[in-house]
Amino acid sequence: MPPPLCSRVLLSHPFSPMSLMALREQLNMLVNSMYIEGLLDQQFQQLQMLQDASSPGFVAEVITLFCEDAERILTELTKLVDQAVVEFQKVDAYVHQLKGSSSSVGAQNVKLACIQFRQFCEENNKDGCLNALNVVKHHYYLLRNKFDTMLQLEQRIQAYDSKQQN
Amino acid sequence: MAVVAEAQFHVLAVDDSLMDRKLIERLLKTSSFQVTAVDSGSRALEVLGLSEDLTSSAAVSPAHNEIEVNLVITDYCMPGMTGYDLLKKIKGSSSLKDIPVVIMSSENVPSRINRCLEGGAEEFFLKPVQLSDMKRLRPHILKGKSKEQQLQQEEETSNTSISSNKRKARDEELSPERRRPRLSNNSLI
Repeated sequence: MPPPLCSRVLLSHPFSPMSLMALREQLNMLVNSMYIEGLLDQQFQQLQMLQDASSPGFVAEVITLFCEDAERILTELTKLVDQAVVEFQKVDAYVHQLKGSSSSVGAQNVKLACIQFRQFCEENNKDGCLNALNVVKHHYYLLRNKFDTMLQLEQRIQAYDSKQQN
Repeated sequence: MAVVAEAQFHVLAVDDSLMDRKLIERLLKTSSFQVTAVDSGSRALEVLGLSEDLTSSAAVSPAHNEIEVNLVITDYCMPGMTGYDLLKKIKGSSSLKDIPVVIMSSENVPSRINRCLEGGAEEFFLKPVQLSDMKRLRPHILKGKSKEQQLQQEEETSNTSISSNKRKARDEELSPERRRPRLSNNSLI
């Protein structure tokens, strides 16, 4: 993270109504609330640590890849669980994938929901699977919403930084 | 000898998940490794200069191996060729068997871990892989390199000195010795 630009930030900026410091504060508050609410775990901190000057877009890239992956999997799962005869092994394979990605990005609630989902697959429990899929979706879309806000704030902060440098 | 410590080592990372490839790539680069990331075991074998169809490396000329790989880190669960299959292919190749292989998995299954270690893997990392795990890679690369240098030095003295029988016996001693430390040193079990 670049050093705080306290003195420069106090001057009003012609392009952005919100100061850089305020944007950063909002982002920090958002991320902290996500940790507190269990949406994110320690793994996300690892990702934040891996972002630096040489890879400023790393976290955004990983988040985007995760969301693409997750939505692809949720679409497949919806089709599979809807079938009259559910192929539990196929379902489990997809849930395993989603559990892996959510674990890698630090998406705690989604990961936990996937673990429970796999239990129902193991038990060949169709109703359990239908329910578990809804729980996973619920947690995923909550997370997606907050990730969207996070990325928007990140973009505004980085745009602000590059304008400052010009 | 000092050159080995300063050299930037090249790691081949294998994972079918794009996200996990990005992650491992970042972890490795942050830890000063050169990285090539591929999405399958068969792609990995191509990079290593070994075609899937030819398990014997006799068919591959040294000129093919343009890229020197110092370590392979691979996911266990992959469609088609699993990480374990890839491990066996590498260890079964006379040209590649000395490249250290590390296996990653999101699942903590003792029988799986044992199988991989017994198959010749140096280590087993539980996903998500952490930055601190990267520190464990260099020792495996250096261990292999120092044995390589030992052999080279002995080969050089063989060209000048007399007792070839003594040397042959020592060379044969070295290969089983190389395999033993891996199993006894692991602290995972």
